[in-house]
Amino acid sequence: MSIFEYNGSAVVAMVGKNCFAIASDRRLGVNLQTIATDFQRIYKIHDKLYIGLSGLATDAQTLYQRLVFRHKLYQLREERDMKPETFASLVSALLYEKRFGPYFCQPVIAGLDDDDVPFICTMDCLGAKELAKDFVVSGTASESLYGVCESMYKPNMESEELFETISQALLSSVDRDCLSGWGGHVLLVTPTEVVERTLKGRMD
Amino acid sequence: MGDSQYSFSLTTFSPSGKLVQIEHALMAVGSGQTSLGIKAANGVVIATEKKLPSILVDEASVQKIQLMTTNIGVVYSGMGPDSRVLVRKSRKQAQQYFRLYKEPIPVTQLVRETAAVMQEFTQSGGVRPFGVSLLVAGYDDNGPQLYQVDPSGSYFSWKASAMGKNVSNAKAFLEKRYTEDMELDDAVHTAILTLKEGFQGQISSKNIEIGIIGVDRKFRVLTPAEIDDYLAEVE
Repeated sequence: MSIFEYNGSAVVAMVGKNCFAIASDRRLGVNLQTIATDFQRIYKIHDKLYIGLSGLATDAQTLYQRLVFRHKLYQLREERDMKPETFASLVSALLYEKRFGPYFCQPVIAGLDDDDVPFICTMDCLGAKELAKDFVVSGTASESLYGVCESMYKPNMESEELFETISQALLSSVDRDCLSGWGGHVLLVTPTEVVERTLKGRMD
Repeated sequence: MGDSQYSFSLTTFSPSGKLVQIEHALMAVGSGQTSLGIKAANGVVIATEKKLPSILVDEASVQKIQLMTTNIGVVYSGMGPDSRVLVRKSRKQAQQYFRLYKEPIPVTQLVRETAAVMQEFTQSGGVRPFGVSLLVAGYDDNGPQLYQVDPSGSYFSWKASAMGKNVSNAKAFLEKRYTEDMELDDAVHTAILTLKEGFQGQISSKNIEIGIIGVDRKFRVLTPAEIDDYLAEVE
């Protein structure tokens, strides 16, 4: 089993009309044994910027701590929040620093920029950025996620419809992957509010 | 006050609480050629005298006003070679910032890092402070900005400022002439008039240098022909 499949994970982000949604599964496993069913993979950087980290859980946690550290210093120095594109460049640079001993994570970054235009991107464990206008996926369930998102996604969905779509996409993909699942965590971010919801799916 | 006994060492405070070497560095700045900067509502202008030691010097090859990034320019008063070192370091820092964040460095951040370099040289062994004060002019998301950085490493944001030989007259002139809603063109005229105040000899496009940045966010040094046009307008 590869190191990326050690803990199991599924993360997806989608762009809607002036909003975005980011979702993850809740299983934390050690190979085939399930250790936790409430594991948090999506972290807040600031009110309009979230990062989901799939892959090895310990690296995800450490990377998140480093990113929060960098962002807090940035906020103090520059007296403003980081733009999502800037943050994505920072994550990419931090990952590439470890080119020959990488963090085994695949981040999914989602945010609203200063004009409240949604921004999503993903990158591999070495920092190769992939910007997308519609959706980005990562984790052990990524192949299923690609398929489901491709067929279910429509541009310019309103927040409620976006929530339904991303939830269905996540649940049906993790059902086909034994290493991810045990419910879902969905965050829907609009310029005015953030709605966090927990999904109940097949608890296996 | 017994200060002179402490003036040899940069890293020793005098009893009166001064670092005498920094005072001396400021003297070096004060005897340098006049330079000034004015922040307008829609841009910034910086200007300096360009008195060359002899008519044999190829004045086109001398450029006192330099770019730190495409949207930040700088002029100095004091020792030219010291300013070159600072510009070199600041350019590198600006590019490192861009490499990390893929975003052009904000003017305040670059000024802060330049000032930090200058401060380092006031607290290390075996070095001397920089003998220059810099006027940094830039335009970023926070609008037009003008900063002065001193040899001690302190920096200030100015609406208009002058440094070098004629500083007190120039500042008094600027205080009278400055208005908040000045446009960039007016600011250039005011800059030329201020330089003219303390100028020895005939002012011309060959012995002053002017750099401007407007809403296009591209800093550029004016050509001698453009300076001639402004000079004609001022007459």
